[in-house]
Amino acid sequence: MKETLLAARGVSHAFAGTPVLTAVDLALRPGQLLLVVGPNGSGKTTLVRILAGVLAARSGEIELAERPLSAYTRREVARRLAVVPQEMLVPFPYRVREMVAMGRAPFLGALGREGPRDREVVERALASLGLTLLAERIFLTLSAGEKQRVVLARALAQESPLLLLDEPTAHMDLGHRVHTFEWLRAWIAAKPLERGVLLVTHDLLLAVRFADAVVLLDRGRVVAQGEPCEVLTPERIGAVYGVDTTVTEDEAGRPLIVAVRSRIRYPEPSDGSNL
Amino acid sequence: MKHAIRPTQVLLLLSALLFAVTVLSLAFGSAERASSEIVLQIRLPRVLLAALVGAGLATAGALLQALLQNPLADPYILGISGGAAVGGVAALALGAGVGVGAFSVPGFAFLGALGATGLLYAVAGSVGRAPTHSLLLTGVVFNAFASSVIVFVVTATDLSRMAGIFLWLIGSIRLVDFYLIAGVALLLGLGLGVGIYHAYALNLLSQGDEIASHLGVDVVRVRRRVLLATSLVIGASVAVSGLIGFVGLIVPHLLRLVVGSDHRLLVPASALLGASFLMLADTLARTILAPTELPVGALTALVGGPLFLLLLRRELARAAP
Repeated sequence: MKETLLAARGVSHAFAGTPVLTAVDLALRPGQLLLVVGPNGSGKTTLVRILAGVLAARSGEIELAERPLSAYTRREVARRLAVVPQEMLVPFPYRVREMVAMGRAPFLGALGREGPRDREVVERALASLGLTLLAERIFLTLSAGEKQRVVLARALAQESPLLLLDEPTAHMDLGHRVHTFEWLRAWIAAKPLERGVLLVTHDLLLAVRFADAVVLLDRGRVVAQGEPCEVLTPERIGAVYGVDTTVTEDEAGRPLIVAVRSRIRYPEPSDGSNL
Repeated sequence: MKHAIRPTQVLLLLSALLFAVTVLSLAFGSAERASSEIVLQIRLPRVLLAALVGAGLATAGALLQALLQNPLADPYILGISGGAAVGGVAALALGAGVGVGAFSVPGFAFLGALGATGLLYAVAGSVGRAPTHSLLLTGVVFNAFASSVIVFVVTATDLSRMAGIFLWLIGSIRLVDFYLIAGVALLLGLGLGVGIYHAYALNLLSQGDEIASHLGVDVVRVRRRVLLATSLVIGASVAVSGLIGFVGLIVPHLLRLVVGSDHRLLVPASALLGASFLMLADTLARTILAPTELPVGALTALVGGPLFLLLLRRELARAAP
């Protein structure tokens, strides 16, 4: 058994001279649901792109299953690591089933001929996210939340032990959001020695109740990481997000965060006018 | 799981259509009673050439649309045909119009197409998916630039070659010898083969480099190969027929409405339907005003221009909800 599924060691990156990430260390262990949180522009999406190997960091190492990421081909990475990016653009009218079936790409030959087992995996991925009835719909015509479920199902069809999810629930309604988190927990629990999820989210209040560990980013640096209750104190949330919160624990020892009021104050317009 | 039409049925149907259009194209012409001589020695080479060029242009359109992630891409609109034409004109001006020299035209046209594709990528494709307007603007500028280079070259050449060059530029299927047809068929077959081989990867690439990469595609390698194949196909097509526009836009668009967007089917289907389409267009071009011939490029633009505007309007409406 591997100690870590995915690790970043001393990762730094800059865009046009502006530092985006500075000396980021993190590790995802088997069985873990690891949250990466932080305010807008704190470097979360850049970190996901570097972890997925589609962006080369200026310095630092990424290790996938304790081997350098650079030692894998793209196909090998895709068999071990499925990514759900924050944004995507689909220019052609693919059907939902076609979109999900693309998750089988890392296992298919160049011509992309799918076997019976591939089709079975696709149907199962569709079913487990409640998409069976939408399978013949055109992806472009779905709502934003439905699209996110489709892309998640595609990642599932990849059958990789690792999921890297960038705001996968941002457009979902509350019911589907909670279901997605419960579903991710169950997915990990089915093979806790192999599977792990790294999830970027703004949804602190909800996501943190399902997480094993949290990495808090602020302006590209890891401010704190560890157990959710230890990382997300009212002081830290106040300092990083600029919002007053009350944090308590529920009966299971999971943090309950309630936002009280924002501390963000923009300077008044100089001519004294108001909206 | 029900599919309205199976891929094999689509390809069979399109093959049947191709056969029917071939027979039709051979049967009609300006001669009142066609002798077997006219059919075999005049119409057959021309019909074959129209089929090859149509297949090539339609395939190139489908491939470009996937690579650029934009259903409005077309070799003519984006100025890649223009680049090929610059190469072809250069070869013709150097006196390569006849005999063995004719084979240098496809080579020069390929280089021109490759140069234009490379520039297009350097300008509009360097930052992932280029917005539709910057793609189209790049094409407009390329075409303007290509035209002025062509005018420059043609003006500098002697009068006797000028008429031939202009006729070639307008875009017409004319009489060429069987060796040239065989050469073009070879190049097209090669390009089409590369395109079909990578068609599945194009499904993934059409959603962006990063998505394709996440799904295990070696993006740089696939894109380089498909771009080369596209330039090859466009170079060969333009070399023998000049500037015939909009085939790469019309054919894949029609097909997407019926067979969907899976490039494993879309690319070979585009080749088949493109062949039928241009054969039919060329048959019309040489019969409706017989004995005068219309350049077939004028005919395809007559259909393609309005369709392009319609698609552009829809695309803009989608971009600004």
